[in-house]
Amino acid sequence: MSRLSEIIRRDLRLALRQGSDSVMVVTFFVLTVVLFPFGLGPETNLLERTSAGVLWVTALLASMLSLDRLFLADYEDGSLELLALTPTALELLVIGKVVAHWLTTGLPLMVAAPVLAVLLHMHADGFGTLLLTMLLGTPTLSLIGAMGAALVLGARRGGVLLSLLVLPLYVPVLILGVGAIDAAVQGLPADGLLLMLGGFLLGALPLAPWAAAAALRQALE
Amino acid sequence: MTSEQAFSTFTAEGLVCVRGERVVFTRLDLSLASGEAMFLLGPNGSGKSSLLRVLAGLLKPAAGRLTWNHQALAEDREGHAARIHYVGHHDAIKPVLSVMENLRFWGRLHDPLAGDAAVKAALERFGLWHLRQVPGKLLSAGQKRRLNLARLLAAPASLWLLDEPSVALDKASVKTLEAVIAEHRANGGMVILSTHADVSLPGATELHLDRFTPTTPPEFWA
Repeated sequence: MSRLSEIIRRDLRLALRQGSDSVMVVTFFVLTVVLFPFGLGPETNLLERTSAGVLWVTALLASMLSLDRLFLADYEDGSLELLALTPTALELLVIGKVVAHWLTTGLPLMVAAPVLAVLLHMHADGFGTLLLTMLLGTPTLSLIGAMGAALVLGARRGGVLLSLLVLPLYVPVLILGVGAIDAAVQGLPADGLLLMLGGFLLGALPLAPWAAAAALRQALE
Repeated sequence: MTSEQAFSTFTAEGLVCVRGERVVFTRLDLSLASGEAMFLLGPNGSGKSSLLRVLAGLLKPAAGRLTWNHQALAEDREGHAARIHYVGHHDAIKPVLSVMENLRFWGRLHDPLAGDAAVKAALERFGLWHLRQVPGKLLSAGQKRRLNLARLLAAPASLWLLDEPSVALDKASVKTLEAVIAEHRANGGMVILSTHADVSLPGATELHLDRFTPTTPPEFWA
């Protein structure tokens, strides 16, 4: 367990000192969402109707931006070999890296989302659900993304391959997230969709690190 | 390093290593006991690095088995990882972390109970203590290598697998490395290293890898 906190602390420290990834992800998120009112026109109804979809699609793309760096830096400087030789399950270290990734990308997205929802005239009833879907959905994105990032390690043009691998797997999160917000805005119960989103997270929590660790071992051979 | 290091043996039997479609070495046996050291010798491409990676558990051999005190290692990957230190070609140093932070991380990851005292001692031993606040990106190649080697002392492990550890080291640092290895052996540790440069280890055995290169090309080569 202390090894888990050790790797989370290291990755957070690296992210804070390098700073680029977090800032890049949030900047991309904000800038892209801000483009929509320009593209769709200032019509409040239209923006309101599309707000949940716009926010979630942009969040998906933003969280993908930082994925290819997740294991690549460690792979290139030899740290990954040593991590694989740590006397503990590699899966645990993958979880540590995913937690750090979520704290530096998913969490800032979650914080920025309500502000941007105001810009898109989202109905006030949707805000609570928006935050909840982000809370349940963004960790799933980091988990699935880690699996993809581990699989493309060492491949040329890994970034393109990564989006091909990961985006289809993001679709259920997108559908459930947007569905829950729309339901809440229309005054319908969103519990079922939120529970499914939570179920997705619980499913990804053991499966994604397991698959990612297997892919990392393969990449190191 | 650890006081409770009892007499142990590490053996490999009938190792076969295949990289891509090429058989690098076949039917390789080796055995090592506490306090012993072994040089891996051979021309480029004879499989020195591959063998070290197999012994570390990073690479699965195509055939053969590894044992520690006559127990097969295949079932106990994590237990094996706790017993070894592997120093490869990459120095695994984060440019934005200081020398101290870099080493402390690897020390704690290997052994969560390892204290800062061991890290300090390791840095002093390799002449890096005065650089402890310096970020990794400002280190020279030799200093990076020394920092990587300092991992050996920051957390205890019985078997050291060193892949050309003397690359980029100056004469004084090679002497330090030799002394550190000698102490490790005196404490019952084992060392396997590949080197092109001169590292002298009294009483070390030699393993010539070119003797295990397959003489007849494999049939699937065609």
